[in-house]
Amino acid sequence: MFDNVWLIPLFPFIGFLINGLLGKKIKNETVIGGIGALAVLCSFLVSCKTILALLSLPGEERVANVKVFTWITSGSFNADIAFLIDPLSCVMIMIVTGVGFLIHVYSIGYMHGEEGFYRFFSYLNLFMFSMLLLVLGNNLLLMFVGWEGVGLCSYLLIGYYFHKKSAGDAGKKAFVMNRVGDFGFLLGTFTLYWYMGQAHNVWTIKFTDLAANSHLLPTGGIVTAITLCFFLGATGKSAQIPLYTWLPDAMEGPTPVSALIHAATMVTAGVYMIGRMNYLFIRSPETLMVVAVVGGCTALFAATIGTAQNDIKRVLAYSTVSQLGYMFLAMGTGAFAAGIFHLMTHAFFKACLFLGSGAVIHSMHHALHHVHSHDDAQDMRNMGGLRSKMPLTFLTFLLATIAIAGIPGFSGFFSKDEILWQAFSNPHHGDLNYLLWGMGALAAGLTAFYMFRLVFMTFFGECRITPKAKDHLHESPMVIVIPLIVLAALSVVGGYIGLPKVIGELFGGIPNYFEHYLEPVFKYSEEYMAQHAAHAAEHSATLEWGLMGLSVLVALVGITIAFTMYVKNTELPKRFVATFPALHRAVYNKWYIDELYDYLFVNPCKALGRFLWKGFDVVVVDGVVNGVANVVMAFSGVFRYMQSGYIYNYAWSMAFGVVVILGYYVFK
Amino acid sequence: MDMITIPAVNMTPILPEIFLSVLAMALLLINVFIPSGQKSYLGYISFVGVVAAGVLVGAGWGAPVESFSGSVVQDNFATFFKIIFLLSAGLAILISDQYMEREGCNHGELYPLILFTVVGMMLMAAGTDLMTIFLGLEVMSVALYVLAGFNRANLKSNEAGLKYFLLGSFSTGFLLYGMALTYGATGTTRIAKIAAIVGQMTVPSANIMLVAGMLLMLTGFAFKVAAAPFHMWTPDVYEGAPTPMTAFMSAGPKAAGFAALLRIFLVALPTLQVEWSQLLWVLAVLTMTVGNITALRQDNIKRMLAYSSIAHAGYALVGFAAGNGTGAAGILFYMLSYTFMNIGAFAVIILIGKKGEANGTVMDFAGLGFKQPALAVAMSVFLFSLAGIPPTAGFIGKFYLFSSAVQKGYIWLAVIGVLNSAASVYYYLRVMVYMYMKEPTEDFEWTRITPPIALSLLISVAGTLIPGIVPSVILQFAEQAVKLI
Amino acid sequence: MLGAYLPILLLVIVAVLFGLVSIVLSSLIGQKKPSPVKLAPYESGCTPVGTARERFSIKFYLIAMLFILFDIEAVFLYPWAILYKKLGVFGLVEMGTFIVILFVGYIYVWKKGALEWE
Repeated sequence: MFDNVWLIPLFPFIGFLINGLLGKKIKNETVIGGIGALAVLCSFLVSCKTILALLSLPGEERVANVKVFTWITSGSFNADIAFLIDPLSCVMIMIVTGVGFLIHVYSIGYMHGEEGFYRFFSYLNLFMFSMLLLVLGNNLLLMFVGWEGVGLCSYLLIGYYFHKKSAGDAGKKAFVMNRVGDFGFLLGTFTLYWYMGQAHNVWTIKFTDLAANSHLLPTGGIVTAITLCFFLGATGKSAQIPLYTWLPDAMEGPTPVSALIHAATMVTAGVYMIGRMNYLFIRSPETLMVVAVVGGCTALFAATIGTAQNDIKRVLAYSTVSQLGYMFLAMGTGAFAAGIFHLMTHAFFKACLFLGSGAVIHSMHHALHHVHSHDDAQDMRNMGGLRSKMPLTFLTFLLATIAIAGIPGFSGFFSKDEILWQAFSNPHHGDLNYLLWGMGALAAGLTAFYMFRLVFMTFFGECRITPKAKDHLHESPMVIVIPLIVLAALSVVGGYIGLPKVIGELFGGIPNYFEHYLEPVFKYSEEYMAQHAAHAAEHSATLEWGLMGLSVLVALVGITIAFTMYVKNTELPKRFVATFPALHRAVYNKWYIDELYDYLFVNPCKALGRFLWKGFDVVVVDGVVNGVANVVMAFSGVFRYMQSGYIYNYAWSMAFGVVVILGYYVFK
Repeated sequence: MDMITIPAVNMTPILPEIFLSVLAMALLLINVFIPSGQKSYLGYISFVGVVAAGVLVGAGWGAPVESFSGSVVQDNFATFFKIIFLLSAGLAILISDQYMEREGCNHGELYPLILFTVVGMMLMAAGTDLMTIFLGLEVMSVALYVLAGFNRANLKSNEAGLKYFLLGSFSTGFLLYGMALTYGATGTTRIAKIAAIVGQMTVPSANIMLVAGMLLMLTGFAFKVAAAPFHMWTPDVYEGAPTPMTAFMSAGPKAAGFAALLRIFLVALPTLQVEWSQLLWVLAVLTMTVGNITALRQDNIKRMLAYSSIAHAGYALVGFAAGNGTGAAGILFYMLSYTFMNIGAFAVIILIGKKGEANGTVMDFAGLGFKQPALAVAMSVFLFSLAGIPPTAGFIGKFYLFSSAVQKGYIWLAVIGVLNSAASVYYYLRVMVYMYMKEPTEDFEWTRITPPIALSLLISVAGTLIPGIVPSVILQFAEQAVKLI
Repeated sequence: MLGAYLPILLLVIVAVLFGLVSIVLSSLIGQKKPSPVKLAPYESGCTPVGTARERFSIKFYLIAMLFILFDIEAVFLYPWAILYKKLGVFGLVEMGTFIVILFVGYIYVWKKGALEWE
């Protein structure tokens, strides 16, 4: 019944081939963009058909392995090109293809007239292909192929404006940081494969088999090691502490890329991976704690940085890091469904925000270009009062902002509140729960603050560019606005499929559809929890209502402060900076984390390379060998005639190696 | 008068070797009778010859056939390696013509020498007697020494040839001494008999003579595959040798070294596996690390790839240290993929280079992505494969090698391997950054791509991508090949 | 087992002793009346012209190497000639192959001009 699932990744791949190979000859932007978007639309339609077919099955049968062909077999090791269809992967393909399609459409307008238009679309399609492979693959190896593929596309697209040095550097940084994470992923794969094979004779990397055999896994111990490795992979891809610094720099890429890759899809791969292997993570209390704490810290930490940035895309980038932190917080508290739920709503509102910011930048750029101004089109200090110039953009942006700020009735509220409640009430972390909740709630307040700061600086107040340029500001074309409207609508209503229990009960027992839908995916974790863990302390509905009210209050306070500082009394921020210069400098410079990493990792690595080359080869090897050779030469002058210069160095090193090896074995 | 009884000799197992030797000699003769401007024809003939030899070799796939009283065998293991050698030779021949014409070399002798090298390598893979293997090694090495110093007008090439020769002879000494000690300990040079005799020893590892012999043989081959600490010659020789020969040397002879190593250690000395596994563990780590770390700061691209080739030998040693079927099959797969990706990369280097080995730095790749997009894409494929990024052959190969270590329980070895390949991304990516993110230098004339080089690039790209996408096709053969040993 | 090597050992000792003894003896009991002519290096009775540490033309080496190469051929021909009848047709074919290979080398060397002095 899922026979044609393989079409889902295939369409974008065909799009990639056509645009990549023939794009330069086609030249016509409409055709190129059309092919790119159409390929994704086709995938989206097949995805719709797949999820409908899935929903028609009873809950327990909602998992299928669709094998396309045998990929690698060798003894006990087997990996197929096979796709896994279950509620989780279906949600992911719907988000990836759905949001992806809207962003493709948007890109046709946004990238209009850019050099290398075809290149952009071919990369974007290649990204879709890799991402779909990542979420659909039914084994760790295939997932890894997608994992690397999206990293590659991300690298190519961040460096899209390669003539800018900063773009090239940002691409490289993203790639290298991701490789650090990939190392963890591979290591986790190896260890898991080895452990399951050695200890239980289950030589497999197939998700369905691993899940079915998850009861063999112990609690803690080796599972902690494995899950920590995987989590390292997740921190790289999903920009968590300590590997998050590449994401803000990745904003060098075109805005649709930021929306698609660095907000809605690729960066959530880490969350998806944990969700996919939930039965592993649930078995390691230590890892869950690490995940939760890292997630909570990232949520809070990135939010603080977001409050002081002036580049509109950078604010959104830190916001993304922070929101990803929320998702990891959810995963770390065992609330997998809540994490995936936030992944979905975040995809809606953050894509909308990025695309909206893109529309603003686009418009600003045109206006500034007309008057030959070199002001930064992305700097919010140059904006202001755009509300009247771009009403539709403003409206959609505002809706998405309300959603992310967690105002009741909007999607972000439902998902964020579910996470906060789980952080508070989960049975895993004991008293740490209060801290986790506190970090989450505080981050929610900061989120509301910096997002509304952004809205106020951009759309309210006086326009801060020259009046001449101001006349050139205009609303974007429909091809840009329509995706914004769709995404804004989803940001508003997307949350209603996952109403928290207390709210559902209030409206006559509406169940949490989303959680219920994902149940089959997390059933192994549920079973484990039912057997092993202490049960969660019973919390009253009143407490839940109370906490909910508190988090809303925090958000409202954040909004109010933003309103006071950036609309009513615009002198306040300056006074604030003047009063706390050191704090502002630290926050503005992102707590100097980049500098710290340069100091701690980048420079020592470079130095080590230099040392081994200059120091070791030249000084140590040559020095030692020359010394020995000098002694030899003193004995036999005849040798001098025969020696050409350096060969004896090498010969000595070989002889030395032989002596050491032989000596070790003979005398051991 | 009694006749000396001549053992029955079956020529079929060495038919490809005979064919190539005769062809090489014929080419030598043709070479002296044709004018110097037409030496390219020799290249075409030898390429056709290599293809024909490939057909002959391929026909031998199947049940093993022994000959010369068991000192040579035609089995799937040998056949797989012979195909690798022929591929490396074929590709090297294709990329030689343009380079040699540019450097103004009289390249008539080049092709016979390549063919002789191939014959030597084939004997190494097919030899089941230490003497046969040694003879093969010498035939290969002597021809290689000449090839390394082939560009007589270039001082660096001369230096490379001489260095390779002197150090090669030095290492051969160790190897031969190792073989002699093994003979002393077991009384035979026939691999199967050694296995039987060592198998009967109660504690083979207590036999110092045998262990020393084993270690010295390992040392000798470690030199040939450029494993640390016997790698010192590699950068100098690879940098100085004519580029097509560097490409050839880094692919074919390395594979030949592994072929002989695998056969001797897995067939003759499996009872000593604890001993050699231990040592190979250390050698693998050392080789990977030294190669990768030193490559990080190289600007000269040939030198960089030389260090990278050391690192790749280290990856293969990981599979060898594991010493199981997966590891052996992984080495076969990796050597095949490495042949494609490495020779492909060198082909691009030839096209970037200028007379007198000029333009040999990473910086000279600046802007290649705009000037020659197709060439840049091909180079990117090779670099990705070398770095081990999917969906290329390099990734599958590495995955296979490391997972063999994991199966064996050498988790840390796999960890160090993965860490190393993560570090290697830096220097491979650096070339890509130059290709796609730097402006090309103004006064640069791009070399015309001749049909042979285009063909070699096409083969290399296909050979890098296809095993990466559908590895089971190749792996299946590799697994069958190692089943026999 | 080592006893089998005793004659060789004796031979080595005798050879070394003979050399040493003759040098020592001649220097001890020989008369020394040095003159410039006597102290000059011995060059087959000819009067020495200049230093012996001159660079030789590469051609000498070439010829010397080729000589060794083809001399080895002759070395292989001897044992074959002795066992000619016992080896029969097989030996003939083998030796023929060997000589053909060397012949190819000979033609190559010849056409390359390695045998021409000028």
